[in-house]
Order: sequence, then C-alpha cells, then structure tokens
Amino acid sequence: MGAVVALDQLLAERTIWRGKAPARASSRAQPTGLAALDAALPFAGWPPASLSEVLVACDGLGELSLLWPTLARLTAEGRPVVVIGPPYLPYAPAWHLAGVALDKVTVVHADATRAMWAAEQCLRSSACGAVLCWPKNPTDQALRRLQVASETGHALGFVFRPERAADNPSPAALRLHVQAHPRRVRVLKCRGANPPPHSIPMPAFALA
Amino acid sequence: MHWACILFPHFAVDGVQRQRPPSARPLAMLTGPAHRRVVHAVNDAAAARGLKARLSVQAAQALTSDCDWVEFDASAMERDRQLLAAWAYGFSSQVSLAFDDALVLEIGQSIALFGPWPDFERRLRLELDDLGFRHRIVAAPNAWAARTLANVHDGLGVDAPQLSGAIGRLPVAAAGFAPDVTEAFTRMGLRRLNQVMAAPREGIARRFPPHVLDWVDALCGRVVPLRMYRPPSTFQRRMEFDHEIELTSGLLFPLRRLVGDLATFVRARDGGVQRFQVVFEHDRFESTVLDVGMLAPERDALRLLDVACHRLDRLTLKAPVRAVSIVADDLPPFVPPSGDLFEEHPQGALSFDQLRERLRARLGDTEVHGMATDFDHRPERAWRRQRERNEPLAALADARPAWMLEKPILFRARHRVLFGPERVESGWWDGDDVRRDYYIVETDAGQVAWVYAASGERGPFMLHGFFA
Repeated sequence: MGAVVALDQLLAERTIWRGKAPARASSRAQPTGLAALDAALPFAGWPPASLSEVLVACDGLGELSLLWPTLARLTAEGRPVVVIGPPYLPYAPAWHLAGVALDKVTVVHADATRAMWAAEQCLRSSACGAVLCWPKNPTDQALRRLQVASETGHALGFVFRPERAADNPSPAALRLHVQAHPRRVRVLKCRGANPPPHSIPMPAFALA
Repeated sequence: MHWACILFPHFAVDGVQRQRPPSARPLAMLTGPAHRRVVHAVNDAAAARGLKARLSVQAAQALTSDCDWVEFDASAMERDRQLLAAWAYGFSSQVSLAFDDALVLEIGQSIALFGPWPDFERRLRLELDDLGFRHRIVAAPNAWAARTLANVHDGLGVDAPQLSGAIGRLPVAAAGFAPDVTEAFTRMGLRRLNQVMAAPREGIARRFPPHVLDWVDALCGRVVPLRMYRPPSTFQRRMEFDHEIELTSGLLFPLRRLVGDLATFVRARDGGVQRFQVVFEHDRFESTVLDVGMLAPERDALRLLDVACHRLDRLTLKAPVRAVSIVADDLPPFVPPSGDLFEEHPQGALSFDQLRERLRARLGDTEVHGMATDFDHRPERAWRRQRERNEPLAALADARPAWMLEKPILFRARHRVLFGPERVESGWWDGDDVRRDYYIVETDAGQVAWVYAASGERGPFMLHGFFA
C-alpha cells in the first residue's frame, strides 16, 4: 500500500461496489445521448476508459444509432474513432447525417486475430476517442486484454457481439443487450452498481 | 580544448563484428593476393589463440582451425568511416576524416550545446558503444595534437597551457611519424617529442622531409586547413552474410543494425526519413524489395524498426537471403511533433498518425482507410474510401443505411414496407446506368433494411443495407 488514495476518489471511480443507487457522475462522464439510459447507468453514460459490450440478435436493430451521439460528440471534439472489422461497409452518407465528423473516422479491415491486435493497439495508444470492433468468438482473455487496453489508453472501447454471448461472463465494464420487439436496451451488467431492473426504450426507427 | 579526436583502434574488426550477432568465436580478417594471404586484423578471441596481424594464413591456420575467416573489404571500411562521420556530424559542424583510422571534430562550440566536456565525452562514448565501435577519445586545443595524443592516451583532455608539456612527454615512436623518420630520431638520441622540438629547426629541416616539421608545427598549434566532411544527401548501406538466412527471424538482427545506422544518419543531419527500401538479395533469384513508407518523416530507430518489422511480417521471401541493404533517397526535413506541456499522456502513448502507421504496416495500406461522402445519387458512388483525411462533401438528405452490403444479395425475409419507393435513376451517361426503386422495410426479426427492386416493380427485392 504505497500510495495514499482518497476515499471519495475511489468512490467516484466506482472501483468500490456500494450496492445502492449511485451518486451523479463527474466531469469525465461520457453521456450516451439517450437520457433514459444515462439516468440508469452509474457513470451517467458510458463507463469512461473502459470496454462496453453491445449484444445484438442480428444486425440492423439500431445498435449503431445507440453510439452515434457519442461518436458525433467525440469526433466534434477532434478525437479519432476507429472502426475495426465491421460486418458491412460503414456507409458514409448515413454516418455523416448522424453528425459524425467523417474525417476523424478510420475503418480497418482485418481477419479475426489481426482485428483483435488492431483493436488493442488502438485502445492502448491513447490516441483514439473510441474504438468499435466486431470480434469473432473472442476468448475471455482477449476481451480482458481489450478492457485493460482501454484503461491504459483512456479510450472508449465498444465490442459488438451476438446475443448468445449474453450467458457467458465478460470482463467488459458495461454490457448492453439490444432487443428487437419492441426496440429496447437492457443493461446486463454495469460495473459499480446493480443493473437497472427495467429495460430502456430506444427511439423507434424514423426517417431522418 | 577545441578539438576532439576519436581513434578506432580495432576499426576493421569492429566493422565486421558489429554486423554479426554477439559471439565469442575467434575471427580473423585476411587480405593480400591469392599466393600470399596474410592476416589483416583479429579480434580478442583470436588474439588469445596467438593470431596477430601480418601472420601468413598458413601459420594462422596452423595455430587454430576453429576460427571465422573473413575477407578484408576496404570499401566496407570506407562505408563505416562515412557512417561515423555522419554520426559525428550530429555533434559538430566541423568533422574531418583527414586521419586514416580516426575522426576529429571541433568541440569548442559544441560544448555550449552538449554540456561540459566530461558529459559530452560520456555521451559520445555511450553512442559509440551502441554503434559497436571500440574507441579512444582525446580532447586538445588542435586537431593534430588530439590525434597524436590519442595514440597513447584515452580520456585525456588537454587545455592550451598544458599542451606543450603533454606533447613533449610523448615518445617519438608514438608521434605518428613514418617508421624511417622515427628510427632516425631514435638513432639521433631523440626519444621524446620535447627533445625533437628543442632541436634546431634548420638541422631537422635539412635532414628530414618537409612534412616532418610541418607535423611538429601543426602539433604546436600552427593552423593547417583540414578537409571537412560533407554529409551526402542519400543513405545506402548493405550487409552481406557468409551463409544464407532462411528464417525471417534471422533477418531481425541485421535489419536492426541497418535501421539503427539509418536513424543515426538522419538524426545527425537533423532530418527524417519518410520512405526507404529494404532490399533482400538472393543467390539465384531477383532481389526482393520491401518498400517502407510512412505518413510523416520519422527518425526514431525503434519506430523505424517497428514499421519495417511489421512490413517484414507480411513479406514472403522466395529464397534464402544472401545480403540485405537499405536505400533511402527521400530524406525530408524532420518536424518534431508539438505536444502540450501539460497534456497528460499515459506511458506508451502514440500519436494517431503513428498508430495509423503501425496499423497500415501490419495490415496493409488498403485495409486501413477513411470514409467520405461523394456527390452522386447512386448509392454505390455516394461514398469514397480515402486513405488520407480531407473535408467531407455534403451528403444526400435522404435516409441512408448505416451499413451497406458491398454486393447486394437477394432479400427473402418476411417484411413490411415502412417507406418507399424512392426512385434512384442515374448514371446513364457513364454506362453504369442505375434504375431502382428503394424501399425501407422492417423484417420480422426487427431489422430495418434497405432493399431495392427494378424500377416500377415490387419484387424480387435485393438487400442493399441495414439501418443499424
């Protein structure tokens, strides 16, 4: 125990689990853009400098629209966003319409192992604001590496995984499950607090 | 102290040994015509077995058979001299290779920048050790004195008042005269330089060739112009192996040395390198050329090596490698990254450009790209991959999916139409005519998809994207 750590700092960083509704968050908050979700999460948004998991049954359920406000905010601040191994082509006009500054977005295509390597490099480099990746059957160890890398690099890591991974434990600080009928997002795990009991409605698909 | 001399007592051997992984094997360099081969230089391990310079090769082989025999290569030595001069050029604008096995550099003005001489000297020694050359360093008021004192001293620093004393104590044999001059002085009973300097000048001028007096005068501080080193504008270095290297891992050591030399070279001329080529030479095949390019000039040896190694990882060599060389023609000025003094950076932090460099090196140039919108009504052409960043163009105002399929596929899922049709009809002028009706549909699974049918028809639908 070399270093002296202030108690309120420990509490603020959510490294201690207190089992009751959290106090409202600090200046480091990374709001999701979905007010109801922010209210339900202990950090008032994405856990800063951590890995978040988004579980979806299939593509096209609005999983990206969950992130777009965050990406728009980060890119507007000039922080780069890296998209690694996306399942389809990220279609520039739509991303632009969502407010994402395209000149800050880099897309990386790679096979499964190299994608994990690239994700870890990006997260660890502390040069990126957010890193999105779609790993194929990642091991627990690989995810843990990503979590550690996000902490080292103070970056937001997002991992998109199929719904069936929900039953397995994960080192991610936040796990969200995007459900189709109706469009809702359920918090499976959030570090530092109990997951909220209710799922949170997502905005229905609407024409821009 | 205005001049430093760095003498390389084992220059030839060090030049060979630094290109090899460290080992304790004896090594001897051979030279001379085929019928009279002699040993040119030996390393410590070989000297311990009794090998020494000018020994005939038969005698040497009789002494030991377990020894690496290497042909002495004068041009390789010259390249090493150039490298060291380029390195020294980083410390001083006046570097000279006028002396055979030593280089002299002006330090009087460098001390203001690099700190007092003991610190400066320590730094020189540290970097020379990294480069793999054993050395002796002496500082003196003039280049000739420094060079001559380096014959017997190491780590000596002489100021002007002590100069004549320090030179005077030198034995004549170590003063750098030709052997016959040294012998003549010795026979005259002059054993130390102070005796030579005390002898009448006319006598010496009459008995010896003029350069003897010139040398003595230069030692005492008469100004003699030196030819100064000018750094070349390109870098090229080659390393040859005596056996074929079959594994990429075996190339790592030579590559590290070459890249290190390149970094030393560009750092000394206060520049950077943006593009270089690593050429792998094979015995029976054409050479493999590995192009290493970076987005911005770089000069850090570790970073250059990092990029080169990632590129090497992806390279398939068609045959074992006989020699490696590095060629760099493009040496732009280096602009150091500007950082905020109070910015907090975790350890191992990279700038985004460095990160992208690393990704591109490992994954390939085309696999890492940006995205931008483009003016075209056709969905396939309304976006571009671009490798470099630039301003995005205005996008279309219509709803477009976040994901697009590279090739549309037949859409079979049960669905209901949310919106449509949106007619896209364009491209008749460039032969890539598109006439489609786009619909936004929701499948039973809850996916919102972007599908199209030929214009005017309600099916079959092709899936072109997802609204995610």
